[in-house]
Parts: sequence; structure tokens; C-alpha cells
Amino acid sequence: MRGAEIVIKTLVAENASYIFGYPGGAIMPVYDALYDYVDQIKHILTRHEQGAIHAAQGYARVSGKVGVCMVTSGPGATNLITGLADAMIDSTPLVCITGQVDSKLLGSDAFQETDVVGFTMPGTKWNIQVRDVADIAPALAKAFHIARTGRPGPVLVDITKNAQNAFGEFNYVPCLNIRSYKPYPKVEPDSISRAAELINKAKAPMVLYGQGVIIGKAEAELAKFLEKTGIPAASTLLGTGALPEDHPQFTGKLGMHGNYAPNLLTNQADVLIGIGMRFDDRVTGDLSRYAKQAKVIHLELDPAEINKNVKCEVAVLGNCKESLQLLTEEVKENSHPEWMDRFRELYAEERSVVVANDISPTKVGLTMGEVIRFINEYKQDDAVLVTDVGQHQMVAWRYFDYKVPRTQITSGGLGTMGFALPAALGAQLHDYNRQVICVLGDGGIQMTVQELGTIMQTKAPVKIVLLNNNFLGMVRQWQQLFYDKRYSFTELHNPDFQLIAEAYGIKTAKISGRESLGEAVAEMFVHDGPYFLEVVVEKEDNVFPMVASGCAVDEIRLS
Amino acid sequence: MLFPWRQQPGELFIYDITKQMKRYTISVFTENFIGILSRITLIFTRRGINIDGFTASESREEGIYRITIEVTTTEEQVIQLARQIEKIIDVIKAFYYLDDEVVFQELALYKIPVSNLDPGLEKVIRQYNARIISAEREFVVIEMTGHKEDTQELLEILKEFNILEFVRSGRVAVAKPMETLDKYL
Repeated sequence: MRGAEIVIKTLVAENASYIFGYPGGAIMPVYDALYDYVDQIKHILTRHEQGAIHAAQGYARVSGKVGVCMVTSGPGATNLITGLADAMIDSTPLVCITGQVDSKLLGSDAFQETDVVGFTMPGTKWNIQVRDVADIAPALAKAFHIARTGRPGPVLVDITKNAQNAFGEFNYVPCLNIRSYKPYPKVEPDSISRAAELINKAKAPMVLYGQGVIIGKAEAELAKFLEKTGIPAASTLLGTGALPEDHPQFTGKLGMHGNYAPNLLTNQADVLIGIGMRFDDRVTGDLSRYAKQAKVIHLELDPAEINKNVKCEVAVLGNCKESLQLLTEEVKENSHPEWMDRFRELYAEERSVVVANDISPTKVGLTMGEVIRFINEYKQDDAVLVTDVGQHQMVAWRYFDYKVPRTQITSGGLGTMGFALPAALGAQLHDYNRQVICVLGDGGIQMTVQELGTIMQTKAPVKIVLLNNNFLGMVRQWQQLFYDKRYSFTELHNPDFQLIAEAYGIKTAKISGRESLGEAVAEMFVHDGPYFLEVVVEKEDNVFPMVASGCAVDEIRLS
Repeated sequence: MLFPWRQQPGELFIYDITKQMKRYTISVFTENFIGILSRITLIFTRRGINIDGFTASESREEGIYRITIEVTTTEEQVIQLARQIEKIIDVIKAFYYLDDEVVFQELALYKIPVSNLDPGLEKVIRQYNARIISAEREFVVIEMTGHKEDTQELLEILKEFNILEFVRSGRVAVAKPMETLDKYL
């Protein structure tokens, strides 16, 4: 069979359910082969290659499977780059297939020829160019293995047109081992006993957990460890959902717009236990004043993360599912009631100064927080929240009621505006019957608004909630706080978003008053099919608490 | 253990807390894969670190390449560099060493015009254990192996002989610790 058909048969063999893609000259043979396989693998035609890769990311994040994306050479491939960088920094497993010109034309500046392998090298976990039909199946098998194992990430396979057209045997063998790649370092028993010793002696320990817990499917192990040790725990942005938020030891969220208590008390804890997280600068604030009093234990899969930002006393390398089990066996049962109370007291303060005004405001304009409150009221327990980047992202993250893992999908490390709409589509396609709520701002929606077309075509019942303040709100907030209210190019003259959504055949509503908000949210959820709800919110509202740039975590401000 | 401060899994790495800039040799064992050199150099580019020397050749093991990179940086940074290099899928292992932990050598070639040959040159060549490897009608080529300081010293002297061209290789180095790569295969 032709190489093009081998591509499709390999994807089927790898259990890929969806291809998110966009055809073009150099990938046409594969699209032609796909025509005969639509009963075995579904293809979603997005409206832009960036939409395709973000949709694949949304699908991967919600399902835990590898997202697949397929585009043509040249501009098709370069349009993937934002998504690759995003998936790289957020450890999202992707296999991206790009068509390439005939291998005879490589380096000749042929039509739509770009050095895709060169372009994408820093943005992929691994990439390869295939110029021979015999290499197609092995390269793709290796790509899937690399994407999904260890610390997951995006992988790109660039296939020349002659390889797609040439005839070869389909001899797919799954890739299970690569000599130079050891994705799961062995947990050293010594590191476990040293960590246990520190934990057993600690008076004010604190757990910081991240997406590693979700990727490692270690949610139950995390809960068991916490329950045995009685240690308070806080999540990073991407770790959200690893522990149910009604768990008695859940103390809130870390980071620039996280909760008051865990940020402040990071600088008072005596032992910090980072689990599957990487001490990102948005979590640590000023590193030179971050947890200097604490001994740090770092449970981490990726050796390059150890001591990268925060120096640790004990590094426990390995999959946290395994290391948490071992650690739980060695630690003694304990509780820290007084230390725990400190978190509760500080939360009470945050609640009265910030939260109350956010979710049950008395001022005239609508707040983003109260919209999320109503969403919580009407959503199902396993509803997925997909957010874009900016104020709405932080507010939704703060107030959304996360009950199960893999329900928080957002662009964390890269902060990619335009991520939410296509990612929500991808997340919805994984399960049409699950609620997928896409909360975004008036800036971000316009970066990938064309994907409303894909939502229309697939009939994905995404519930889109646009929080419109006619501003690039987060930048405006910084301009207000740090640039003397010089609102340089942050105010938007916006189109009629309802008209746009309606043009795509999507049912819409627009709310600007408090009295009809609850009803509108309820109506959105009962509607069968995609829905677009625009909420006009207060124009100049700020997100607090805030650890301002360059400040220490205990300099977190409530207003 | 020869270098007890090197990362033992689960242990605190002891840093040179003075953050002193030192010369390190990073020794990388890698599959022969297209693009591997780019992937490695990108790690330096991204951090704005200059590579002082770079050599690549096949290692003792057939199919496994050995890349030797010379870099001046802090221990903290060199650990990061080695870990990031090792994270590349096709890299088998990356080690880093201080100068006194490796036996290393560099090669230098000097091209001198015949018109400038004078009796003093013989003494210089003997003194530096250099040799003439080629004599042409218009020039001779002198070769010297040694550390950068030594080949540099000879360069300074040969400048008096109106040197036409000079080139120096990156370092090749073998490690003093008796650890073999087989362990990681």
C-alpha cells in the first residue's frame, strides 16, 4: 500500500479516535487515503491549523490520550508552533503530522517548503523527518511512545510527499523501548526514607501538588498520603482537580492569583513537599525570598526539574504514583490541627475581603466571579471547564467547583490567548454527553473565533461563556496598578458577538443585569447543542489576591 | 566514590555556592540522529551561554557518538545544561567534568611563510614539542597538541614569524572516573 495509507493505518493501530487537521498540497495523499477510513478514525476539519492543535490539546488533556493533529507543509506547519510551545510547557501528549514537499525539493525553497524540523525543534519533545516509506510506521510508533510516556509532550513527524506516495509494506510494530530514553526513573528507597524522616519531624509541613499527579494518575495516592500525614495541601493551576476541593485538607491554590493562605504560609512552613510540579515563577514569586526557611522535598519525574528553580533537600525521582505509595508506607500517622487552623483563619480573611465581593457583589456592575457562582449552581459534577488566558481565567479557576480530575483545561505555562475555544471543542468531542464549559474573554475569543465554524459543523454542544469587559482586562489591571493607569492599547471596540455566533447557527443570549443572570446560565445548560452566552461585566475590575511581579509570596495583597 | 557531589538520585546536589565561573567539559553520548547537534546547541542558545569548544566523533561503541563540549559557567548552570541535554530523547547520557577530572587534548595548526623561517624556529618547535607536518614551496605547517594555554603560547611566539593562518580544534577528553557507558545502555 501507499505510505499515505500506512500513516492512517498506523494511527488506527495506535487507537487514535480523532485527527484534528487541515488539508493542503503536501499532505493530500494522506487525506486521500483517509477517505477510505472514516469508519475507523474521525477527522475534524478546523478553520485554522492553530485551532487544530489546540483542539488536539483539549482532547488530550481531558482524555489522557495522545492528541493527533495533521496539517500540510509550510504555513500549515508553522501555524502549529504556538500550540507546540503550549503543549511542550504544559506537558500535553500530541503527535503532529506535517506534510512536506518531495524529498528531491528539500532545501530548494520549493513552494510551501519550510524547514519544519528546524522550526519546531525547541517546541517538541522529539521530531523527525521521514523521507522513505519504510520509515513511516516505525517513526509514528516511536512518536506515540515518546509523546505519551514519561513527562508527556508534543512530537512532530514531517513526511515528504514522495514517502506518502511510494508503495511499501504495512508492518506496524508498537514501540515499547528506546535505548536512549528512560521515561520513568526508578524510585530510590533511600530518597523515600530521607523524605519520610523530614516529614515525620515537621511541625508545619505543606504539600504543593501539580499536574504530575494527574498525568501519573496518582490522585488516590495523593489523598491517602495527605490523610495519613494530616498535611495541608495546595494546588498549582494545572494540578487543580487532582484533589477534590471539598477535601478537608485542601487549602486552596498557589500562585500569582491563587489563595491568600497557601501563598502566605509557604513562607512559614518548615517542610515543603512539591509533588509533580515545577516551581514555576508564577507560583514562587521572587525566588530569592521563596520559602527560605523551609526544607524542600521534591517528588518529580523529570530529573531536569530537580533544583532548577528551588533547591531541594531531598529529591524523590520517579513517577509520583509509585513514590507516593512508598512514602505513605514510611510516614507516620499525624495531624497538624493548629497549623491547619492558620490556613482556615487566613481563608476567612480572604473570604470577607475578596471572595464575598467577587461572588456575591453589591456593586452595580456584574463580576466575573458571580457568573462562575451561577455556573457552579447549574453544572454537573464532572463538567469540564476550559478557559482562555487573562482575568476570566484566574477568576474562573479561583471559583469554579472542581470535583474530579481532568476538568481544568487551560493554557498554563505559555498563557496562550485563543486557546479556549478550540480546546473546548476538542474536550467536548471526547465525550458529547459531558458538559464542557468554555469561559473566555473578549480579547481571546477574537484570536480563534473562526473555530465557531468547527463547533457548528461538528455540533459539539460546547457552552461558551464570554465575559466581556471590552478590555484586555489583565493587561489593563497591570496598567492600572503598575503603569499609572496609562491604558495603552488595551481598550477594545468590539463587534456584536451575538451576531457572530448566530451567523454560525449557534443559539445565543446576552446578559448585562444581575436579575437575569441565573436564569440565563440555567437556560444555557438545558439547551441541547452549542450555546453562546455573553455576559457584560464590570469594565474595570481587578483580580485579587495578587502576588505582584517581583514580590515574595508572603507579600500577597488582598486589594 | 570519586565525585561524591555528583547527583546521586534522591540526594541534595552540593553546589559550588560561590557561583564561580569555571571551565567545564560536558561529555555527551548520543545516537547518531539527524538534528541532534542542533538540539544540543539550542539548549545553550536559549540560555545565552557561549560554547567554547565543540567536537564530535564516533565513540568506542559502534553507532554511538561522543560529543565533547567546553563551556565556562557555574556548577549550578552546568548541571542544568547536562540534565537538559540528557533529556533529549536520542541522548544516552551527559556527564560534566571540571578540568582536573578529565584528560584532555586539543590540536592546533600554524601556517608560516617560508620567507620568515629563521634559525630561531627550530628552538621554538623543540621547546613546544611541536612538529612540521607539511612543507610547501611558500609555507610550512606546524602542528602542536596540548591544552589551550600551551597552543596559545606558541601562537604568540609564532606571530613573530609572520604567521599566516592558525586553527585550533575543540577539546577531546576522556574522563578520569572509571565509569563506563555500558551501565546506561
